[in-house]
Amino acid sequence: MEKNYTPQKEDFQFITERNLEIDSTFTSQGYWRGVFVHFTKNKFAMTGVFLVSLIIIFAVFAPLLSSYAYDEIISVTDDAGKEIVAKSLPPQFSNAVAQDYFSAKTFIFGTDDMGRDLWTRTWQGARVSLIIAFVAIFIDMLIGTTYGLISGFFGGTVDNVLQRFIEIIGSIPTLVIISILAIFMPKGIGLVIASLLITEWIGMSKIARAECLKLKEREYVLASRTLGAGSFHIIFTQILPNTIGPIITQVMFSIPVAIFTEAFLSFVGVGIVLPQCSIGSLIEAGFNNITILPYQILPPISVLAILMLGFNLIGDGFREALAPKLENL
Amino acid sequence: MTKYVAKRILMAALTLFAITFVLFVLIRIMPGNPFPVERMSAEMILQKRLELGLDKPILVQFADYLKMLASGSFGNGTSLYNGAPIKPIMLKCLENSFKIGVISILFGTVVGLFIGIVAAMHRGKFLDGFCTVVSILGVCIPSYVFMIFLQYFFSYKIPFFPYFFDASNFLSSAVMPALSLSLFAISTVSRFTRNEMVEVMNSDYVKLAEAKGLYGWQLMRRHVLRNALIPIVTVIAPLVVDLLTGAMVIEKIYGINGVGKLMVDAIAGQGVDYNYVLALGIVFSALYIAIMLLLDILYGIIDPRIRLAAKEG
Repeated sequence: MEKNYTPQKEDFQFITERNLEIDSTFTSQGYWRGVFVHFTKNKFAMTGVFLVSLIIIFAVFAPLLSSYAYDEIISVTDDAGKEIVAKSLPPQFSNAVAQDYFSAKTFIFGTDDMGRDLWTRTWQGARVSLIIAFVAIFIDMLIGTTYGLISGFFGGTVDNVLQRFIEIIGSIPTLVIISILAIFMPKGIGLVIASLLITEWIGMSKIARAECLKLKEREYVLASRTLGAGSFHIIFTQILPNTIGPIITQVMFSIPVAIFTEAFLSFVGVGIVLPQCSIGSLIEAGFNNITILPYQILPPISVLAILMLGFNLIGDGFREALAPKLENL
Repeated sequence: MTKYVAKRILMAALTLFAITFVLFVLIRIMPGNPFPVERMSAEMILQKRLELGLDKPILVQFADYLKMLASGSFGNGTSLYNGAPIKPIMLKCLENSFKIGVISILFGTVVGLFIGIVAAMHRGKFLDGFCTVVSILGVCIPSYVFMIFLQYFFSYKIPFFPYFFDASNFLSSAVMPALSLSLFAISTVSRFTRNEMVEVMNSDYVKLAEAKGLYGWQLMRRHVLRNALIPIVTVIAPLVVDLLTGAMVIEKIYGINGVGKLMVDAIAGQGVDYNYVLALGIVFSALYIAIMLLLDILYGIIDPRIRLAAKEG
């Protein structure tokens, strides 16, 4: 806002034909365009996008470009010219630093106690964790949204039954669900994804239901109904597109939860099994050696923290962009 | 109010019953064998099955199990692996976990409230930013990572606290796990408190109170806090659940004999101990449902509107 506005000479001139023409109305801005503009203006959200894309880029390309495989046990030649397994080497950024150890091999994050390159393993782990999170949350989104929309749209007995079911599932602590699954399934990626599938869709369905309850009273739904549309047609072509915003926000908040759950499960020992690795299993390995080799735990923990921070920032930004408050404009 | 409470209690009891049934059936119909097969002959397994009543129909087994629960013992009373009775071990573990859990929830809520209030009172200034950073840290650093760092620096580098949990020296060994568990509570409660308070502070009646000349702490206590506190009760429920999960890892890291560690041992140890999983599953669910119930009732007491809604509905 400008203070102390000094009137200009032009302010007192009559409006000419030309000026009138310039004063045009702006073209109406689409809903998603508005959301996009708000989102990109938000510094925190953009920081989140930057952090997450950084990790994703490294997770995609670093294992491909690395000269070692993530499960490769590397051997190096020591001073005496003997071949030894490169166990527990500290981080070495260049060959010059490495000279008193060995020849021509660099390990940016060092190696683990089995002689595997931690740089490759960290990014491979990030990749596994991200894949698990994306796959699980995507399926959760499909299930939860469908369930919530159906429950909200039909109401009455259907809603009652579906909601009681959710209530029961929701009152079993996640821990208990995981333990039951751990009995049924072998440890590994499948177990992690399954436990995420069972627990995370509930939040999604609650949001979809709440949105559906709001939307189903709208005129356009009634119009569609009058024109002879069936219930499922209305749900999926009229209501669903309007619930996408809140659902995406929920997805953004669910992904860090999924990454966290994976890390937690792998840490406890029911997640990823060796020689596969994930953020959680790397943290666990680092924790086991923390007193002797404290540097091993830093890379996976940093990646985890950056991912959690990034996704939370994106989620916050998205929520604000969907429903901008006046004070933030 | 009585009707509201009675309805809630009935619902909770039904849910717990349903969960017990589901858990029981799931564990019974599971493929595979509950015994360490490689160490037992076929005859021994058969005899053991008869002994435990596993040959009976599943509903009869469930009824037997309920009877056992009602008489106060868990499972078939013993671990499948070493034959030790479950109940005393579990009680001991529950006591440890409970103490640390309660300390961290109380500490976390109080500190979180404090930070939130300070942030809201200094909205947009340096302190507010500082509080935001604290709450973001709490969200993106898992409690066990914090615990690992604490353990590394304050037990290993500077041996100030014991490296592993020591029940005989409870106070000093509870500090680190309680602190790291409360981290998440602090961040959630502070963020929520701040947002709620800012919202209330923008409301008309607070502006009126300000116009009448109330200011500072008086205004906060009499007008803002009371209304801001109501929704905060709701965030505590998820916190308790999170605590269960967090405690599981922290107990493993710090060697605390708690229920979380017991559960980890039961599912990830030498083999899955069905009796433990079942017993712990029921205890966890009961605990969780009880907390939810308590908060629901508390919420009804604090906010009269909820009671009215329940009466109408």
